[in-house]
Amino acid sequence: MADLTCELLGHRLKNPVVLASGILGTSATLLRRAVDAGAGAVTAKSCGPTPRAGHPNPVTVDWGHGVLNAIGLSNPGAAEEVHLLAEARHLLDEVGAVLIASVFAGTPDEFAEVAAIVATARPHILEVNISCPNVRDEFGTPFAASGESAALVTQAVRKAVDLPIAVKLAPNVPDIGRIAAAVVEAGADAITAINTMPGMIIDAEAARPVLSNRVGGISGPALKPIALRCVAEVRRAVKVPIIGTGGVNNGRDAAEMLLAGATAVGVGTAVWYGGVSALGRIAAELEGWMDREGYATLDAMRGLALR
Amino acid sequence: MHRALRLTEVRVENYRTRSFVFEDGLACQPGQFVMAWLPGVGEKPFSIAASNPLTLMVVAVGPVSEAFHQLQVGQRVWVRGPLGQGFRLKGRRALLAGGGYGVAPLLFLAQQARQQGMDVDVCIGARTAADVLLTEAFERLGVGVHVTTEDGSLGQTGLVTAATGKLIETLRPDALYACGPVRMLEALEKQARQAGVDCQLSWEAHMRCGMGLCGSCEMPASEGRLPGWLACLDGPVWRSDES
Repeated sequence: MADLTCELLGHRLKNPVVLASGILGTSATLLRRAVDAGAGAVTAKSCGPTPRAGHPNPVTVDWGHGVLNAIGLSNPGAAEEVHLLAEARHLLDEVGAVLIASVFAGTPDEFAEVAAIVATARPHILEVNISCPNVRDEFGTPFAASGESAALVTQAVRKAVDLPIAVKLAPNVPDIGRIAAAVVEAGADAITAINTMPGMIIDAEAARPVLSNRVGGISGPALKPIALRCVAEVRRAVKVPIIGTGGVNNGRDAAEMLLAGATAVGVGTAVWYGGVSALGRIAAELEGWMDREGYATLDAMRGLALR
Repeated sequence: MHRALRLTEVRVENYRTRSFVFEDGLACQPGQFVMAWLPGVGEKPFSIAASNPLTLMVVAVGPVSEAFHQLQVGQRVWVRGPLGQGFRLKGRRALLAGGGYGVAPLLFLAQQARQQGMDVDVCIGARTAADVLLTEAFERLGVGVHVTTEDGSLGQTGLVTAATGKLIETLRPDALYACGPVRMLEALEKQARQAGVDCQLSWEAHMRCGMGLCGSCEMPASEGRLPGWLACLDGPVWRSDES
């Protein structure tokens, strides 16, 4: 039987499956449910400085090859998030799972403020979301668009907290490896790659975009080849752990992500295709696949596709 | 992805409620729901009042439902679904209880139950006589109809639980199926538990994605529901025999 345990930033995960940010991460009970369903670590939904309702419906659409969403960073604000995370930490400690908090903001200073507040809840890891594609009207071009702006945010958060930080990158950049190198240089301990890919779905009969935000982030099967390319490029550029995220829907997809160089594997939209139990199913399928292919540990397969 | 469906009939049910009948059927179970999108207005979840042809009963309470009420026969509505978990009929005798516009999915359920040869009674609770919905539609199916109104303007005076309490004793149904406001469902759950009768309750929650992803419709844990229960994914129908 293959060993699925996974070392991530000083924490031991029972398996490499990480609930991705934005899926089910809105309460302590849902985060615990994801762990009970089989995730090795869970990421809370991104939280910003103040409460946000998000965009009006429709906020999601499954167009047959993936899901497009623009929830719009709904969150209760940093102060309230501290309670949520503290409760989540309590519920997750009971079962030895790893909690990743996620933050977003409009400026590097604001990122530092939110990170400092959220850090008081003592999540194990802090994810810095500089790549949400769905709030351009309010926040402008995501910080993930250039190495310089990404590094500024990373530096600010690095100074504000003593937690390990993972910076979440965007796929729609000319050279993601260069951006990864810039944020690692600025103090990032890990990279989460990738956020959703901006896209639009138009309903032909309605003659308009389906989402109220017009554009949204592509996730699910359509995102997988983009994510694999990005993870491979980040792995070539930096040595830090990577949470490889995008289109992982079964154990074989997870294997591909590890072969591309990911340390752990983010899973989100699979919950739509297979319910919350998809998290545990993907881990079990990965184990079965490793047994069949003769890999005893995750280390034995990580990055092999880059040879 | 949404399907654009044309309206073939619009029925006025009461002063603020209309039923919208579409050109096509939708393969679905009673208690499941659809997200209905009016381009340029918004998208909202609606329970299903009939599957073939698809029929939605809409109460004008907000921007989307008010825009719905402006629709004419021949116009289109964009529908995605069916979504969620519905009712599952069991045994030979069914007792249904609907509060306000919660009767809509129960009509679909009653239709299915009668097709299977089950005995069906429905308790319809409303504030006043003007708010009582679908009594004739239930009667046409051969369902026993028991009306309660809070002001006594029609049927028995009081809440729907006054009627269900007695009928649970006299009819000994194999299960109680209900849809309505939270407090009504909580009272019915208690009633059914005390009487040792299975119950299936359809909970209303604030839904956004409808796909079990965004977490908006998480319900507080209760005696029956597990923590982290999502109305859109695990529900909207909760069954006492599943926990």
